Amino acid sequence: MGFDSLRRSLLAGERVVAFTRADGDELGARMLVWPDGRTEGTLREQELDGTALAIASAETLPATGLREIEGVEVFVETFEPLPQLFVVGAVHVAIHLVHFARQLGFRTVVVDARSAFATAERFPHADELVVEWPADYLARVPLHANTYCVFLTHDEKLDNPALQVALEAGVRYVGALGSSRTHAKRVAALREGGLGQELIDRIHAPIGLDLGGRRPEEIAMAIAAELVAVRNGRQAAGKG
Amino acid sequence: MLDILSDVDRWRADGQRVAVATVIRTVGSSPRPLGSKMAVSGDGGIAGSVSGGCIEGAVIEEAQSVLEDGRPKRLSYGISDELAWSVGLTCGGEVEVLVERIDG
Repeated sequence: MGFDSLRRSLLAGERVVAFTRADGDELGARMLVWPDGRTEGTLREQELDGTALAIASAETLPATGLREIEGVEVFVETFEPLPQLFVVGAVHVAIHLVHFARQLGFRTVVVDARSAFATAERFPHADELVVEWPADYLARVPLHANTYCVFLTHDEKLDNPALQVALEAGVRYVGALGSSRTHAKRVAALREGGLGQELIDRIHAPIGLDLGGRRPEEIAMAIAAELVAVRNGRQAAGKG
Repeated sequence: MLDILSDVDRWRADGQRVAVATVIRTVGSSPRPLGSKMAVSGDGGIAGSVSGGCIEGAVIEEAQSVLEDGRPKRLSYGISDELAWSVGLTCGGEVEVLVERIDG
């Protein structure tokens, strides 16, 4: 059923459209189509394969559901890559955030240059724990349209260069912890670094939905709630 | 898909057969959207869901034969008929599910 390829692609951050025959003797026959036109499997009719490929290659990705293609009932399913969350700063809030985000279906990566903070003992729920300069790390990993980045270090030397990388990569969500005064300082520094206002405006700050909490777990909950709101399109990914 | 991935990976690493049920059609109110998945392992493990709990039992039962012979099945569930004990959706909707075995 192409499960292994599908799995691999989703974990690698690729989009895949799956076409599955939903009726008749060929029930379950499947073709997978990648955005670059690569395919795997067949619907066992050449014409059907061709039309399916055209549907998957259209500008707008097909909605998930049954449809009739060449007189055959086919279940079309668009798989978005796994939402991934990069948490920059292995701070107290991050511990709770990783826990919540994992439950909510995000693949989580914690990045911090300070090895004393980024320990497996503190982050047993993280999918990945990286001790590296955050900007260097974000610059070398694939950031896709389903990537969320949260900046929590409270240290502008760590946060700001990494923020710039995330914003320029066009990730889905960028949020940064800090008071309005801290944020004003951050904006000034980013502007001085040559970042355009349009990108700077995409930063969610103050970070998180307003739940009125101040404890680390409450702040983490507010951030997690904001990630969900963005994921579900209830809040503009580009913020305001 | 993503909600069942880690369980499916673990079961397959243990050498178990795994079937996956996918919601392919819904009519009226239904608790799980199109594409929702439930995985069932040969040892009776369950991950994910295809409804609010109304049809899972029936799907798991049907999945056993799919696990055995590898032939996919399309199943339909609607408002239960006069038969008081037939499987039905309390929400009044209809759901169709495709069940298939993972063979790689």
